[in-house]
Amino acid sequence: MAEIQSNEGGGGKKKGGSKQKKMSVHVDFTPMVDMNMLLITFFMLCTSLSKPQTMELSMPSNDKNVNKDQQSEVKASKALTILLDKDNKLYYFAGQPDYKNYNSLKTLSYDAKNQNSIRSLLILRNQDAYSKIQLLKKEKIDLKISQDTFSARASRIKNGKNTPVVIIKATDGATYENLVDVLDEMQICNIGKYVIDTISAGDKLLMRNKESNGAVAQGQAN
Amino acid sequence: MSKVKVARKSTTIDMTAMSDVTVLLLTFFMLTSTFVQKEPVQVATPASVSEIKIPESNILQILIDPKGKVFLSLDKQDDMVDVLETVGEEYGVKFTAEEVTKFKKLQTFGVPVADMKAFLALETAKQDALLMNYGVPTDSVDNQFKVWVKSARAANPDLRIAIKADRETPYKVIKSVMSSLQDLRENRYNLITALKKNSN
Repeated sequence: MAEIQSNEGGGGKKKGGSKQKKMSVHVDFTPMVDMNMLLITFFMLCTSLSKPQTMELSMPSNDKNVNKDQQSEVKASKALTILLDKDNKLYYFAGQPDYKNYNSLKTLSYDAKNQNSIRSLLILRNQDAYSKIQLLKKEKIDLKISQDTFSARASRIKNGKNTPVVIIKATDGATYENLVDVLDEMQICNIGKYVIDTISAGDKLLMRNKESNGAVAQGQAN
Repeated sequence: MSKVKVARKSTTIDMTAMSDVTVLLLTFFMLTSTFVQKEPVQVATPASVSEIKIPESNILQILIDPKGKVFLSLDKQDDMVDVLETVGEEYGVKFTAEEVTKFKKLQTFGVPVADMKAFLALETAKQDALLMNYGVPTDSVDNQFKVWVKSARAANPDLRIAIKADRETPYKVIKSVMSSLQDLRENRYNLITALKKNSN
């Protein structure tokens, strides 16, 4: 409540009528604070501060009419196939699948601290581009190059000639988190060329074979 | 002995400074935050290191819950009207003006076209409670999801597609959504994720 307090007390000395009355204007802000607190509470409860992040993804077109020369063929030496299985299992093989030797399929771990994690594998395979981009990042932090030149040069390095091509195949049992984790590793390890493909029966056989230490292939050969 | 006199002090506290602080806080919250969208299912998005922010407008969000139910949301009400009309035409359902206005107010939709009329006739509170039991059919026999996305694209060519799925969603569901999108030549889309601190 706004109150106007007169400076003149009851027993004040009056000097003369010519002097203007001194008035202190005091406004009580308590209700204002109450209302603001209510509004703040409302905003805190009904809004979210962080905007969600997003990951951009381009999928290949599954148009059947693409010409042979428009299709890109991957050199076997550059190809790396990552298989996502149920229960957070992760396998990979390099180049062509070897159905006879179950040891050609290797297990991987999602955990970056682990020795045979997917990250260490990808960094090893992509050593050249990875170290170049790390240098580039340093330059950017030191403000030697702008954001635009950074992204232009980074994408040129990523799509360079000797970078690996990663093929990601997931089984129906894998979760969405597994997929995002793997896609995330692509970004961390600066893999420029990767694709999500549908899993084939051969890939499933490889995994079953690996799990049973070659028993499946043995059974089929007999 | 004289009585000890307790000095009478006024207990009013000057609230002006407090008010200043609260107004500042309020301004901060109003400027930085965005309103939480009402979603039929709670979805925990997986974390990623990607730092790209999602654009604010022209978004077609595809919400996928852990059980594989698919819901859609559009941020522009005008687009929603167009979409409902085209989808209605496709399936031979005519919506009244009243139903269209009710549909416009939905934040998330995901009801099979056959049930749409009955759903729109319900009260808002009931709609919210029931929506989570529906979901757009994505199976190959009756792929209404494709029709929705196609008409959304026709209504707004600048539309960006964002997929928001729970981390526990089986890949099977994601695959069917992705291949439906591929069939429509929608090859570029965004996956909504939460921020993860990079351990490097």
